[in-house]
Formats: sequence, structure tokens, C-alpha cells
Amino acid sequence: MGASDFVNLPNIGTSVRRKEDYRFLTGGGQYTDDINIAGQTYAVFVRSPHAHARIKSINIKAAQAAPGVVDVLVGQDVADAKIGGLPCGWLITSTDGQPMKEPPHPILALDKVRYVGDHVAMVVAETLEQAQNAAELVDVDYEVLSAVVNVTKAAKAAALHDAAPDNHCYHWALGDKAQVDAAFAGAAHVTKLDLTNNRLIPNAMEPRAAIGHYNRATDDYTLYVSNQNPHVERLLMTAFVMGLPEHKVRVIAPDVGGGFGSKIYLYAEDVCLTWASKKLNRPIKWTADRSEAFVSDAHGRDHSSHAEMAMDKDGKFLALRVHTDANMGAYLSTFAPAVPTILYATLLAGQYSTPQIYVEVDAWFTNTAPVDAYRGAGRPEATYLLERLVSRCGWEMGLGQDEIRRRNFIKDFPYQTPVALQYDVGDFHALLKRGNELAEVNSFEQRKTASAAKGLLRGIGYSCYIEACGLAPSNIAGALGARAGLFECGEVRVHPTGSVTVFTGSHSHGQGHETTFAQVVAARLGISVDAVDIVHGDTGRVPFGMGTYGSRSMSVGGTAIMKALDKIETKAKKIAAHLMEASDADVEFANGEFTIKGTDKKVTFGQVALTAYVPHNYPLDKLEPGLNETAFYDPTNFTFPAGTYICEVEIDPATGTVKVDSFTAVDDFGNIINPMIVQGQVHGGLVQGIGQALLENCVYDEETGQLLTGSFMDYTMPRADDMPNFKLDTLCTPCSHNPLGAKGCGEAGAIGSPPAVINAVLDALRPLGVVDFDMPASAARVWSAIQAAKK
Amino acid sequence: MQVQLKVNGKAHSVDVPPNTLLVQVLRESLHLTGTHVGCDTAQCGACTVMMNGRSVKSCNILAAQAAGAEVTTIEGLAAADGTMHPMQAAFKECHGLQCGFCTTGMVMSAVDLCTHHPKASEGEIRELLEGNICRCTGYQNIVKAVVMGGAGMKAA
Repeated sequence: MGASDFVNLPNIGTSVRRKEDYRFLTGGGQYTDDINIAGQTYAVFVRSPHAHARIKSINIKAAQAAPGVVDVLVGQDVADAKIGGLPCGWLITSTDGQPMKEPPHPILALDKVRYVGDHVAMVVAETLEQAQNAAELVDVDYEVLSAVVNVTKAAKAAALHDAAPDNHCYHWALGDKAQVDAAFAGAAHVTKLDLTNNRLIPNAMEPRAAIGHYNRATDDYTLYVSNQNPHVERLLMTAFVMGLPEHKVRVIAPDVGGGFGSKIYLYAEDVCLTWASKKLNRPIKWTADRSEAFVSDAHGRDHSSHAEMAMDKDGKFLALRVHTDANMGAYLSTFAPAVPTILYATLLAGQYSTPQIYVEVDAWFTNTAPVDAYRGAGRPEATYLLERLVSRCGWEMGLGQDEIRRRNFIKDFPYQTPVALQYDVGDFHALLKRGNELAEVNSFEQRKTASAAKGLLRGIGYSCYIEACGLAPSNIAGALGARAGLFECGEVRVHPTGSVTVFTGSHSHGQGHETTFAQVVAARLGISVDAVDIVHGDTGRVPFGMGTYGSRSMSVGGTAIMKALDKIETKAKKIAAHLMEASDADVEFANGEFTIKGTDKKVTFGQVALTAYVPHNYPLDKLEPGLNETAFYDPTNFTFPAGTYICEVEIDPATGTVKVDSFTAVDDFGNIINPMIVQGQVHGGLVQGIGQALLENCVYDEETGQLLTGSFMDYTMPRADDMPNFKLDTLCTPCSHNPLGAKGCGEAGAIGSPPAVINAVLDALRPLGVVDFDMPASAARVWSAIQAAKK
Repeated sequence: MQVQLKVNGKAHSVDVPPNTLLVQVLRESLHLTGTHVGCDTAQCGACTVMMNGRSVKSCNILAAQAAGAEVTTIEGLAAADGTMHPMQAAFKECHGLQCGFCTTGMVMSAVDLCTHHPKASEGEIRELLEGNICRCTGYQNIVKAVVMGGAGMKAA
């Protein structure tokens, strides 16, 4: 079935209320910490208080003797058990052909600690309080070493790892440097920009949690874990760390309270709990408290970049040149090396037909928590850099922010960018036009005058983003260093009475798959949404899966379900043909009924389902009974959501306070299954992006490497009164290469919004002489910038 | 120490150490796991419950302080037959939740908000929700749900 037929099916494009909501709203959700297993013990991790130190000794005697303690495990125990370090899932090759530096990532520190929060010991006790008390008694003698937290200072700092003496992980490049340099030599104008992309802490509301449970009777492990991709977790843990056979390990990610990327990864705690549950022959539970989450979850962003755009006299882009230093943190988290390369540099064409682009990336180790993909993963960093640069190009060329974009938009599709991607479809002019209408840009000057009358500065900022979802295909990603597949799996199990259970490798942690996937299945089979249940998050029930990240669930996971439905339909037609004594080829299926063209013969989907399982009148010689099909789908390309975001801010120059007065988002997500859920995804993404632009900032002390923003008292999470209501609209150019025509919507808001906000801040402040500004635009920082410009 | 309290209309007597928090009594002693813990600084509001008719952050109340109190948790909000409270129904109708983790505390705060500020404007609702952090929804649909839920509470 093609995308154009699909969208016309019932329930598609309908805001069906969510099937999962009743349990969440009545306290019936089951998150990892809500699960308790008989005989369960509790783990507490002893973490490094230092950013960089040598471990001289660890004395665990007092802790082991403390009341209720089952055991205290340290790095040597892990080494003795031959448990490996955490693997990295993506290998980047440097420009000199050498593989990236990939130092060991022990699950409990052996000789050194490398960031505040690094794992040193695990204390297991009968109660949580006993474990906490005993953890205080673990006596670690540290020799404190000098620390570095700032990525631009890493090269000259003390080495974290023997394998990377200058703290350098890789030097990577994309594009044709000679052609770019030549284009710059002939340019009429060059616009330059230095900027940082501030480090963020993901802060899903459910802190990470896990329960390791080994069953000696069956020699099976079960790991309950708050995770976005349980099969990947299992694959990494069994194949690369513990050397266990996969069929003996079941990973269950039950209800998960938000992920935003931070729960993709295999973390040290997960391995420790799984391993120790056998060693101690007891189930072990660990739930991070929020302070622990702040120091130990993988962080996001943290780039420092220099960018230059060469233009002709009319503001037409000739070439783009970028250098970025990316902070990897102390160790390589699961997908960290791919973020500032494959997921970043490839997006730097944006919506523009810039003919030549050259990007260099240096990745560095620092004494900070590992950095990995966070809502958007590389694409927000690319979009922030490019959209800031493009607005500055406009200002320097005397063109409006929308005009500079219009002059450079890609018009014809498919479009091959100079940075590897091929955009299949899009209409960037239409998005900008609709954005200008919805944001009422025509009357901006009147609003600006009204603000000025109140002593306030008003600015408008644009961001025209494009992003890439559904990272694929597996073979090309493999050639680029991916150490995992990028397909998805779906199993459609039709029950004898015609209801359906779907097993999907995608994982919902807020995205509403239990509803949207059910809509897809219900539409195809002509049954009610209530007759379809979605099962996810359990390697013991779902055949396989790569999980949910990169806005891939509908375009990749949904398509896998569509492929399984194709098989269901093919087989069901054969059964129907037998029942109607007709040829397979003459059977048509629509609205839950099988018919024979030109006759009044028909059988319902329910009749066919029952026949499949009660095969009395059935072609048993030609067809297996049952109606249960599985499909794996590996996409042929990324999908490319795009949009125009327009932000208006009002700034009080006396205090520096920035108020987002309006925010308009016009997105092209391709076909939409459930508009309500899509809008919700956009709202959430926008608040995370605006949060980065105005409020959020992860700060480590430059001297000591201590995390200064280690709680909700210090790290400014967006709250309800920080945000406006958003003006949203969508346009649609359906994705050309999946049968849903869907592109993905989970990250767009967080990708597109930060530059719109900062461009608006700069638009307001430029008359005062403030021409540059790094996120976040907090009142203190804006006020200081205004004062500095006065000098 | 022994603490007597009424939770969701039912009397309980729990034997807990003196430093036990109300949220621990609810989650661990009474297995009411709908009340969640999202932080350790009383900032996020995921643990919000009603105590003697006002919303409290149950991570910030000792069990001893709840002695003799009447506590309502999210599990006690719906009708006995499972029909959702108007605020719960409004959150569903307005898509005021995504991952569901902050939701239970958010709903309890919203019920308190609409009980004590029945005429709150949208801006005031945003200010009154300051004590509850949501990372998923961007708040817009939560505000919409509170308006609808408040109207539903008045009508009920």
C-alpha cells in the first residue's frame, strides 16, 4: 500500500485519545522503581567526588561489616570476573586513517576516576538505607590530579587516558577543502561566527533505575531497566561486555518516564546489577536519585565552533567552512562519536543550496560526564550553528532574515547535498511563507513600536531547520562506523476472534505508540483501535528491535508493522479466496471485508481470522494455519522533516529579562497519523529548545571539575510560567520512500527552536551594539551583554 | 514508630523508622506506586498528594507529620467504579501527559489549584504550576487540561 492510499484510511490523521492514558492517570503505570521482586536487595554506588584522581587504595572492610550489607564490589572484582568495559557503538575514523582513540570504559573504576560521579564501588544491602549507610564507610584514598572541563582547553590538560595522551579522540572531516577554500577566495563577502552550544543535562523526569535478577534454577537473567531500546541494551551487554548467550538474558524496559536520548545507552550500573545478581544470587535494585542522575546520566551538546560563509554580492551562499571542537566527556558513551560527525556535519547544508561545504571536527576527552545524543543529537548543534550564521549573513548583507533564506533555499528535489545526504522531498518556500503568515510578521514593526513605548526591546528571529530521522540504511551506516543495525522489527499477531496484538521493537516512553501504532493497524485491517494492543519494551516478548531514538518510531518501526500487515493481508486473501471459492487474485480487501469484484460475495476479517485458527474449511495442503506475521524493515534513506520557526522576544533592558512573546512553528512531518500527538511532541521539543536558549546550562567548575548545576535548584528547568502558548501549523510533502509517507516529529522542536530564540534576542539587541550572544540568554547574561556593549 | 493515617479513605497503621518520609510510606509500605519520586530537593512535584485537603510534596513530609491525616493519592482520585475524576479526564482529553511520570503529581496539584483558585486565568494557572516540572509536554496542553478539568470539577 502506498502513502497516498494510506492517508485516506479511517483513523489516519485523527486525534484519537491515547489508549495508554488511563493507566498513567490513575497511578497504574509501572515504572522500574515500582517493581519489586521477592528477596530483593538494594544497591548504592560509591561515586568519585573528584573530577580526576588516581585511586591509591579502597578499603571496604568497614562497609562490608556494616549491618545488612550483602557485599561490596569494586573494580578489581569486575576485572577478576572478566567482565569487560562498556563498548562504544560507533567507530569514527580520523582523517589520517587511524581509528578514534577508544580508551577502556570500566564499569567500576580500576586505577583512576575521571569525572565527578565516576563509579568506584557498588554496595549491596538488605535495605536501601543500609546500603546508603554502608556506602559512607567505603574508604577511598585518592591522589587528586588536575582536571579539565572546557573542550577548548583539553589539548593542553593532563591526560585522562593513556590511550589518548593529548586527550584527543579523533580528527574527522567531511567535504572538499580545496574547492571550499577556492570559493572563499573568490567571495564578495565572508560572514564569520564563533559560538558554543551549551552543555545540557537531559533530566527525564523518571531517574534511571534498574533491577538485576538472576534465576539459578533456570540460569536466566532478567534486567528491568528504564531504557529506550532493550534489545540493543541486551546485545551490547551480552555480546560485548559479559559474554553471555542472549537467550539467557531478558531485558524489560517497562513504562519509562521520558528518555530524550539519555536512556539509549548501556550504563555501568545496568551491567553491575546484572553481573552481581548472579554472583550474590539475589535480585538487586538500584534507582538513581536526582543528584545522582545529574552527575551520571549522559549529557548533551557541548560544542565550540567557528563557522564562515562565503557569499556573492547578492547574498547567495558560495561555500561554508566549519570547525567544531566536541566534548566527549571522560569516556565514550554508546553513540557519542557519531553525534558531532555523522549526525551533525551531514546536516550543515540545512535548507540551502550552498554548493560547497567543508567541516572539520575534533573530539576531546575532558573530566566531565560522558556526552551523547540528547533530543536531536547533532542536528540541533548543526541547526544552531547554521541558522545563527545565516541570520548574521542577512544582517551583514543588509537583507532581512527571511530574504537571505529565500535567496538560498533548495527548490528542486531530490537534492544531493555536498555533505552526503540526499533530501527526497520538501517545500521550504511554502514553510517560510506560512510561517510569516502565522507569525503575523507584517505587523511586527507595530508591535516593536508598542514595546518601545513601554521601554522594552522587541526582536524577531528565524530558524529554517531541516533534520534527518530514521538513521539508515544499515549497510551505509556500517560503512560509516556504526556497530549496530538500524532496521526495525514488527510482529502482527491476529487472534482467532479478530483482535490483534502487535509486538514492536520501537519503545514508547511518552510518544504514544500504543495509540498511533494501533491506529495504523486498525486502519489497515478495518477494525477498531480498541481491538489492537501494542506490546513493546520486552526482549522476552518482542522478536527484535532497535528501539526509539532519532524520531524513527513511526517511519521505521511503523513501516515494519506495515510490512508485517502486507504479509497478513496476502495470507488473509488466500484464506478468503478459499472461503469464497475464488482465485486469490480476484480478492479485494477494504474496510475489514474481503470481496470478489463484480459479485456480492464477501467475508469479514473476523471470519478469516477464525478460519485461520479453526482450519476446518481451509486449504491445509497449500497454506499453514494461523495468522501471525513478522517483518524487518531497513529504510533506504533518512527522512527529512523541515520547518520554519519564528520567535518574537521582548527584552527589558533594565533587567535583561527575556520574554518569549510568541513562537510560531510550521513543520513538514510528511503524513501525520495523530495530529494531537504530533502537536504534543512539537510542544515538548520547543520547550526543550527554548529551555536551552533561555534557561538551561550545565556548568562545571573550571578548576575542580565539580558540577555546579547539580540539582533542580541550580539547573534551570523550564516551568509552566516560562513558556508562551505556541502557534503551530503543518504542511505536508509525504516522505517518498516509506509506505506511511511519515517523516518523524519527536525532535524537530528541540532542533529548530534555539537559533530562532537567539536570533530574536540579537535582533532586539543589535541596535545597542550587541552582535553576538551565546546561550542561555538568562537575564544576568543579557544584562551583562548590554552593559558591555555600552563601554 | 507506629503511624496511623487514612489513605484514600482507608485507615492504616504503619510501623516505620522516625526518619521515614510520607512518600516512602505510600510507595513502600502501602504499595501505592502511582506517587512518584522525581527529585531530591522538593522541586519537581512528581510526589504531590493531597493531605487534609491541600496538596503537599510527599517527599518533603515526614510520615510522623502525617499522623492522623487524611491523604488522597492518585489511586484514590477516580470513582470507585474506575470512572476518572474530571481532572484526570481532562488530562486525557487535552493530551496533557506523555510519559506519565510527572502526571500523577501534576494532576493532584491541578485538583488543588482548581479547588482553591477556581477563577484562575491561564497565566495564573501557569504560575500556580511552578512547583511541578514536566519534561515532555511543554505545559501547553497541561494548562488547557487544568482549565477544562476545573470546569468539570465545578459542574460535578
